[in-house]
Amino acid sequence: MASVTLSAVRKSFGSTEVVHGVDIGVEDGEFCVLVGPSGCGKSTLLRMIAGLEEISGGRIAIGERVVNGVAPKERDIAMVFQNYALYPHMSVYDNMAFSLMLAGESREQTRLRVEEAALILGLEEYLRRYPRQLSGGQRQRVAMGRAIVRKPQVFLFDEPLSNLDAKLRVAMRTEIKALHQRLRTTSVYVTHDQIEAMTMADKIVVMNAGRVEQIGAPLELYDDPANQFVAGFIGSPAMNFLAGRMARNGAGFAVAVGGGVHLPIPVRAEIPEGREVVVGVRPEHFVVADDGVPAEVVVVEPTGADTQIFCKLAGVDVTAVVRERHAFRPGAAVRLKPQLTFLFDPASGTRLA
Amino acid sequence: MRPFLDNRNALGLAFMLPAAALLLVFLTYPLGLGLWLGFTDARIGRPGHWIGIDNFESLFGDSLARLSLFNTLFYTVIASVVKFALGLWLALLLNRHLPFKAFLRAIVLLPFIVPTALSAIAFWWIYDAQFSVVSWLLVKMGLIDTYIDFLGEPWMARFSTIAANVWRGVPFVAICLLAGLQTISPTLYEAAALDGATEWQKFRHVTLPMLTPIIAVVMTFSVLFTFTDFQLIYVLTRGGPLNATHLMATLSFQRAIPGGNLGEGAALAMAMAPFLLAAILFSYFGLQRRAWQQGGGDK
Repeated sequence: MASVTLSAVRKSFGSTEVVHGVDIGVEDGEFCVLVGPSGCGKSTLLRMIAGLEEISGGRIAIGERVVNGVAPKERDIAMVFQNYALYPHMSVYDNMAFSLMLAGESREQTRLRVEEAALILGLEEYLRRYPRQLSGGQRQRVAMGRAIVRKPQVFLFDEPLSNLDAKLRVAMRTEIKALHQRLRTTSVYVTHDQIEAMTMADKIVVMNAGRVEQIGAPLELYDDPANQFVAGFIGSPAMNFLAGRMARNGAGFAVAVGGGVHLPIPVRAEIPEGREVVVGVRPEHFVVADDGVPAEVVVVEPTGADTQIFCKLAGVDVTAVVRERHAFRPGAAVRLKPQLTFLFDPASGTRLA
Repeated sequence: MRPFLDNRNALGLAFMLPAAALLLVFLTYPLGLGLWLGFTDARIGRPGHWIGIDNFESLFGDSLARLSLFNTLFYTVIASVVKFALGLWLALLLNRHLPFKAFLRAIVLLPFIVPTALSAIAFWWIYDAQFSVVSWLLVKMGLIDTYIDFLGEPWMARFSTIAANVWRGVPFVAICLLAGLQTISPTLYEAAALDGATEWQKFRHVTLPMLTPIIAVVMTFSVLFTFTDFQLIYVLTRGGPLNATHLMATLSFQRAIPGGNLGEGAALAMAMAPFLLAAILFSYFGLQRRAWQQGGGDK
């Protein structure tokens, strides 16, 4: 096992730079998730760690060794691809044994290692089958088995669950996490799904447009986002944003969000009055209260555990998630009060408070 | 009319009729006639009488027929092997990211598009004993002293006709294999690279096995085309010198039409059928059906 260190890593395709100097440190045994919208460079970054893309600038080190010029097979890594990339003409056993066969491992040793991996993943019964005869989840397991048998320093996952249906995705998520807790192999996992990131990661790297927006533990990112992008990306349903100006609200603070609505800010903020800000409120931080600001209910979606209320607040669409059951009808008036708010600079998106 | 048109089966039969008629007139009838003639002593201008397997028996004792069988097998085996090797190599080259990719692929198809008789005439010139451009070039380069008699000596003629056949047949093999190569997902090569495969191992363990179904089909067709080749030989050598390049097809034509022995020619043509059938069965059972392609279901 080894750490993975990226320093000032850049990638250009022709004259277009798609990764602009990225620094990430993944510690030994850590499960690190790269998350961001599609096209943010996360997959490119992973492929650079794997050696499938050349590095245009900067350094990538696995353990102590800088691997910039090292061929993929010399890097001692294993990768799980989005479409699994199983060899269709090989049985499950041969798929898993392929790398060992190429490495000149003895027949007996190969059999032991493949069987061990098959046992971990519950694939013992399927070793003689071909990939076509397996379900999506089983193929996914074979792809992981192929990675496991090699006992590599680092596992790389490139959106491995995006081809599975929703239910299986949740199950496999848990399985991958359990596997990591068992093997403790350093892992770098790419996904666009922030829930996957939140549930699986020791460390999340949020990326956007070829840059790292923030690195931190899942709850750190949730509780303390560095900027508006991270705040909007992490958390589901996404954070509500309202533009306005800082104002006084009796003894406390508020943001005038237009239409004469003053959204009260629960925390003391050292921001001059009249400054333009974007106020962010997570849906789950709204409560229905008589002293809240008025809003108009548009759609109500009860999910059982809680209720999502989509409404118009000062002309802006906002979402609130409340635990108690209200019998709101579309068009009804509701009073919402934020219990926790974030303030961002409208131009740069950086967090003010 | 109405009840007829409303009947699914009758309507289906009606739609099948044109195709069935074409097959019957242009395929079944000539084939049946050829088979029938093979068992008769028909000559041009005289309907034959049934003589059983006399024609076939005499073919066994006929040294020229046996030579033509050897020539045909030699021609087919060598040409097919070379076509496969060159075609695969060309397909692998064309599968890379080359500048002017579409243009290069179009160029490769040219020999296939030119009518055979036309390209045969071109080769006739290239192989001419006095005016050969190849000989001229080699002499100018100082590699040889005298012009090569490409079509004048038995073995030289065999290899020359094979070369012309290969030139004509490679594009078909190359383009079909290229189509096959493009169906192989690039991530498989990435996975193989991470699994530690060298370029050769990627070819050996990923490209080749995934290409076998297409190789089987392409090479079956290639073997059939080559085994039954007629035009090229007939234009270039007419079977000569000393019958060294007579294939079964050319000899059968020679005997039946200019020679007038329709029965004997037909019997010789029919004698090709078992070899062709064997080639088809070999590729069908030996190469084409693999468990991994069939997919689905438990086994």
